[in-house]
Amino acid sequence: MNLLTVVLFLPLIGFLVALFLPRSSPQASRNWAIAISLITFLVSLALPATFDRATAGEQFKIDTIWIASPEIHFYIALDGVGLWLVLLSTLLTPICVLISWRYIQNRVKEFYAFLLLLEVGLIGVFIAQDLFLFYVFWEVSLVPMYFLVGIWGHERRIYAAVKFFLFTMAGSVLMLAAIIYLYNRAGTFSYPAILSMLSNGRLMFAPAEQMLLFLAFFIAFAIKVPIFPLHTWLPDAHVEAPTAGSIMLASVMLKMGTYGILHFCLPLFPSASRTCAPWIVVLAIIGIIYGALVSLVQPNMKKLVAYSSVSHLGFVILGIFSFTQLGLDGAVYQMLNHGISTGALFLLVGLLYERKHSLEIADFGGVATPAPWLSTAFLITTLASIGLPTLNNFVGEFLVLQGAAIANYKWAVFAAIGVILSACYMLWLYQRVFFGETSEEVRAHMPDMNLREWAAIVPLIVMMVWMGVYSQSFLPPVTKATARVLDQAQVNVPFRVQLERFRAATARERSAAAEVARAGR
Amino acid sequence: MPAGNFFNAGDAIRFLPEIILTIMGTVLMVLDPVVHRRNSNLFGTLSILSLIAALFGSVAAYAQAGPAFGGMLMVDGFATFFRILVIVVGILTVLPSYRFLARQDAETSEYHALLLYSIAGQCLMAAANDLIIIFIGLEISSIASYVLAGYLRDDKRANEAALKYFLLGSFATGFFLYGVALIYGATGSVNLPMIRAAVTGAGAPSPVFVGVAAALMFVGLGFKVSAAPFQVWAPDVYQGAPTPVTAFLSAGPKAAAFAIFLRIFMTAFEPIGNGWEPLVWISALLSMTIGNFAALLQSNVKRLLAYSSIAHAGYVLVALTARSDVGTAAAMFYLAAYAFMNIGAFAVVSHLSGKDERYQNVDDFAGLGQKQPMTAAMLSIFLLSLIGVPLTGGFFGKFYIFKAALESHLVWLTVLGLLNSAVAAYYYLRILVMMYMHEPSEAALKAEPLSPGLSLALIVPAIGTLFLGIFPGWVLDFADKSSSLVK
Repeated sequence: MNLLTVVLFLPLIGFLVALFLPRSSPQASRNWAIAISLITFLVSLALPATFDRATAGEQFKIDTIWIASPEIHFYIALDGVGLWLVLLSTLLTPICVLISWRYIQNRVKEFYAFLLLLEVGLIGVFIAQDLFLFYVFWEVSLVPMYFLVGIWGHERRIYAAVKFFLFTMAGSVLMLAAIIYLYNRAGTFSYPAILSMLSNGRLMFAPAEQMLLFLAFFIAFAIKVPIFPLHTWLPDAHVEAPTAGSIMLASVMLKMGTYGILHFCLPLFPSASRTCAPWIVVLAIIGIIYGALVSLVQPNMKKLVAYSSVSHLGFVILGIFSFTQLGLDGAVYQMLNHGISTGALFLLVGLLYERKHSLEIADFGGVATPAPWLSTAFLITTLASIGLPTLNNFVGEFLVLQGAAIANYKWAVFAAIGVILSACYMLWLYQRVFFGETSEEVRAHMPDMNLREWAAIVPLIVMMVWMGVYSQSFLPPVTKATARVLDQAQVNVPFRVQLERFRAATARERSAAAEVARAGR
Repeated sequence: MPAGNFFNAGDAIRFLPEIILTIMGTVLMVLDPVVHRRNSNLFGTLSILSLIAALFGSVAAYAQAGPAFGGMLMVDGFATFFRILVIVVGILTVLPSYRFLARQDAETSEYHALLLYSIAGQCLMAAANDLIIIFIGLEISSIASYVLAGYLRDDKRANEAALKYFLLGSFATGFFLYGVALIYGATGSVNLPMIRAAVTGAGAPSPVFVGVAAALMFVGLGFKVSAAPFQVWAPDVYQGAPTPVTAFLSAGPKAAAFAIFLRIFMTAFEPIGNGWEPLVWISALLSMTIGNFAALLQSNVKRLLAYSSIAHAGYVLVALTARSDVGTAAAMFYLAAYAFMNIGAFAVVSHLSGKDERYQNVDDFAGLGQKQPMTAAMLSIFLLSLIGVPLTGGFFGKFYIFKAALESHLVWLTVLGLLNSAVAAYYYLRILVMMYMHEPSEAALKAEPLSPGLSLALIVPAIGTLFLGIFPGWVLDFADKSSSLVK
């Protein structure tokens, strides 16, 4: 039995069973959800344990035919990037179940069913190697998130959910067109097969063709990341979502976009990616600074964290489009970091909301007195998010900035402003919420963390420290995978350049010959 | 063609579904005065049994595949696909009708008889290979549908719908007949393969003549499939007609009309494809755009689904624009998927709307997810399929259509069509939002529990929708196999 298939299908089975649990007993749904998500997580731990770190290629590969004509395969495999993203998903799902334990009291059964379905979609996106299958998982993950935001969210949840759905849908239909086009050109949906056809020259795109295909994929991913100026759905969706929805959205779902750019856009359309890189980098830097500035003035905690995501994801994009090994490694590492630390931030903000039923920063103050442990956890997370050395974000940001500096020094300078600003808004947030006078109301509503909440936050804090202190546990497989991406992004370019030169030369020869013939006549 | 064996046993078998349906329709008519009124479940059951018999009849006919009646009928995979499709649509129409007719106190046998006649006409259309037979099938199907649309004779809107449908429908049929007459004058034949031969062979008639004939037929058929710019009747008729009839109209006659559309344009007029492709291109784009954008503004669910039905006709026209066997197969697959999801959606509307169809607004769906989770879940499947979310038949159908279009280098049509389907997501989502994200409304509170017939009418299309989305291979293979029409 293929381990990866088990990891993918366990939550699916969990979802199907959850549908048939009795509505009258919400506790049964909770127990089932925590059990199945924990089992999935434990099984998924075997993935890094048995992952062969020496090879760059796909592992745990399984490839069976799903639909005969057009030939669509159920083709899943794992590379060094997908490995950690799958683990991120399986780690965060049980945490989300725990954090929703008391918060979700309404339609409990459906909530956990959707959460498990979401996990299936997210894992699937990171392991699908068949473009059609990828699209299926991409869209499947959209539906449960739509319901999570729309049913269990805050006041403006419907607006946020519909906006989220439509933005993503608009982007992904373009990607669907591009996928079909690729299939008609290559005759297969298999992503590795298309790549090998590209590298041996059996499949080639004209420059304009490549550019359009690149844009079709890129816009779909850019909406998901989100890259400025396509980010407007994000603050709405994050603020309105229930805590578990925010965590999954920020920590894993946004990574679908960056993963897509890294995994598909660069190797498939290398020259278009390079042509667009300066423009995209500018957008990324605008995103970094703009996101940070908006965070600075947010009166709403969740919105602040949401805009900080725009800023952090800008780093990821910057790293990817620096086209350097360090930059790509940093980008992937930053994807994971953001998943852990922003997930933790949303979780802690969720805890504050559960206690005081407010997200306004002004309603808090002096929380550190009644809830010292909560404050400590928040402080560690804040410092991680800022990028304090020995905590995770520092490693990622450092690598990205280094990579960007190699590509173009100015990029690094501007992006570094974002790092400074992140310290400003996060520390200021911390100060306003946790220090100062403790009002009577805050004191009355602010018990410290209980065991369940501890269980949810501790794994994340452990990860922050581990990833900050010993990145070597994580980086080597990533480096292998990103090196291969870089390699593909390079191999495919010169070949085509040569070919175009060759074509131009033959055209010139032909016209010269025609000239001679005309002169002869 | 040999005139000697104009009628034989093989021909009768190839004609079996029509024979069964016509006889049973007549039997039902005769039974009406004989049977006690209160026992009228009998009619529904009888008509379901006849439809099942016709289903077996179509399979038997396919076992004897080949031309019948001297080439007037062509029983091939294509014909069988559509015969089975319209018969299944018929069954799924009768199932929710039990409760509906009882609620309206209108349980007569003529409803079922008309339904059977209409389906017989559509079966004939599916198998017709001759313009006269096509016309006869079209008329049988249409006239029965006109009456069905006005079946609730005390309802003003139903009357308006029926009258409008009848007047515009006859007008459109007139156009079609004009085309037939012209083409007969030009080529001396009404048989599709012979027309094709005459159009391409030596001494071909003037292209203007053939072109005008094709255009006239396009107008007639465009009306029948509610393609823009001949779509104006659809919203009023769909809204006014009794809901089960609307469900039927949007699936059965539409599928059959597309069957003859494909049959005529992919056989007889295929050689002049370069001429009609731009027309269909424009019509496809107009249908998608008008349908989707108009649907955004609707508050009545039946009307909303009517506009969505126009948009979906546009998607199928995209497949026709591709002018390839893959396109034909895509259209066939899509029509099957569409029949399931649409008839399922209408069944929910019919269930919820209550006596005299009081609750038909999008707002009336509020809270259905809390009050009737099962019904809401089914409707969600249909709506997600209409949006085109993967793992549903609607997605795979759309995927296959646009794949065919891209293969035929219709890049712009594909991009515009796909963007259209993103717009469409908005109005389907409105219903989902209402069902799950609002407090229960009066309609949801008053909704009766699902009757067994209605449950079946929901579960079967839901399973069909998911099956076509997850394992499309089976239907797709059959569509692929039968998409190269006899020429």
